[in-house]
Amino acid sequence: MFPIARNSVLRAARSQIFPSRALNQPTASALARLLSTLAVLEQRNGKLQNSSLAAIAAAQKLGGSVTGFVAGSGVKASAAAEAAKIKGLEKVVAVDNDAYEKGLPENYAPLLVENVKNGGYSHVIAAHSAFGKSLLPRVAALLDVQQVSDITKIESEDTFVRPIYAGNAILTVQSTDSTKVITVRGTAFQGTETEGGSAEIVDGADPNAPAQVEWVSEELAKSERPDLGTASRVVTGGRGLKSKEEFDRVMLPLADALGAAIGASRAAVDSGFADNSLQVGQTGKNVAPELYLCAGVSGAIQHLAGMKDSKVIAAINKDGDAPIFQVADVGLVGDLFDKVPELTEKLKQA
Amino acid sequence: MSTGLRILVPVKRVIDYAIKPRINKTQTGVETAGVKHSLNPFDELSIEEAVRLRERKGLPMKVENILALSAGGPKTGDVLRTAMAMGADRAFHIDVPDSDAGGLEPLTVAKMLQGVVKKENINLVMLGKQAIDGDQGQTGQMLAGLLGWPQVTQASKVDIKDEKGTIEVTHEVDGGVETLKTTLPMVITTDLRLNEPRYASLPNIMKAKKKPLEKKTLADFGVEDQRRLKTLKVTEPPPRQGGGKVEDVDGMISKLKELGAL
Repeated sequence: MFPIARNSVLRAARSQIFPSRALNQPTASALARLLSTLAVLEQRNGKLQNSSLAAIAAAQKLGGSVTGFVAGSGVKASAAAEAAKIKGLEKVVAVDNDAYEKGLPENYAPLLVENVKNGGYSHVIAAHSAFGKSLLPRVAALLDVQQVSDITKIESEDTFVRPIYAGNAILTVQSTDSTKVITVRGTAFQGTETEGGSAEIVDGADPNAPAQVEWVSEELAKSERPDLGTASRVVTGGRGLKSKEEFDRVMLPLADALGAAIGASRAAVDSGFADNSLQVGQTGKNVAPELYLCAGVSGAIQHLAGMKDSKVIAAINKDGDAPIFQVADVGLVGDLFDKVPELTEKLKQA
Repeated sequence: MSTGLRILVPVKRVIDYAIKPRINKTQTGVETAGVKHSLNPFDELSIEEAVRLRERKGLPMKVENILALSAGGPKTGDVLRTAMAMGADRAFHIDVPDSDAGGLEPLTVAKMLQGVVKKENINLVMLGKQAIDGDQGQTGQMLAGLLGWPQVTQASKVDIKDEKGTIEVTHEVDGGVETLKTTLPMVITTDLRLNEPRYASLPNIMKAKKKPLEKKTLADFGVEDQRRLKTLKVTEPPPRQGGGKVEDVDGMISKLKELGAL
């Protein structure tokens, strides 16, 4: 009891000597010093991918120092230099090696683990993109850590919020692992400034783990339109479009008129109206644009999981009882083959 | 290496995908009692793919056997029977008590599967890309990491090239698909586009009742149910109110302007 009393007396005395310093401040900054986050940055052909910004935004929310990590062919001159300009990064660890260019987890995971161990980071964060989803659990297992996936909110250094059951329930979870391995939902962490930083670029350790997998080829859907995951406006078509020809004829001009990205429901993708990579929903992409306009989409729970955080939802559907109208801010009951072209025309004139 | 495929298909019993889950009163989890459960949809795809490998003509490697496995409470046997009715040869039921917390953590499952792979001399593990309850999408990658095996996540096409086990897998990435080549043993997680799962026919359901289903425990594979994550609470997502309907396209445009979306 006496030491406690002595402490509080001392503390009281100290706060009189330094009246401007609040009592809890030293502890808070001590905690921030202990927190150090490694943000895993995704690059493609030397270009940082948008998903990387979400990892950095989340790392900054945690507080403490933030280090970026990037690996691939000649990344020091390209992606790492780009990352160094991002505001809030203290350091960028870069590994120049062609072997990591495709981000294959078999050699990328041991590489990351080595650098995490060397840096003694308390948190490792990546975006919940295809790259992050495939890589981080492997990293977590090698570190003997239970990963926390697809978080939408950081409550504290060890407590995170994530949707489960296709977004029908929100789980708040506390991690007891010493290193926290986390993937973040891109739409929930935004606002990273890509200019104004001047992080130091340093060489990372390279364990040269053998590549067990050979990259053969890729086929990416080419599009001039904004990227679905980050677009401020999204136009989505569903089963109601009836065919690929109709989908393209009706939806593409609307997307052009709005400068929007194109999305599709699972039904539309399964019926071959649109590419798989455009699917919005639990098993596809999560979007949260300013405007989400959908036509011929009924609003199944799996679809709602991917878009219900949009600012404004507008829906056109001929079934007035479709579940989509329960979440839409603006609903129009009518035949989309009449209404969408009319809307497109009027938007063009406006 | 022998020329046969010994496939492990881990499956999970989850609340049926069409059911809207309800949060329990104590906010510790989702109400599961009396709710329709079924096989996780992504796991149906992995069983189907394993069975199709067996049925595929001219495949350079023969499927020796398909082992379905699930961990959970007493009702887990149902999904294992379904898996066997679809074509799995045998099943392991890892007895784990039901809990609000939603079953074992992925890392524990991955460690358990690592034990099974070693004991049963498995050379191909096919898992769903995620369970639709926890939505974590980790188990396959964790297992591959623990085993030091190659992994391909979100596979949409699996092709075995030769009797040495060269395998080419096309998988879904952001913006399109990517094709990778590796050799067995490996871990594959399935995506929706991989195949169209079959319905189990009545005769096959009857036959499945005679297939061996062995009860095991975590301890059989040297694993404990250790929890690293603590559920603090489970809540309803913030409700979203529909803003009502408009009469025509002009009404829609003016409402969108009013909301600041245009």
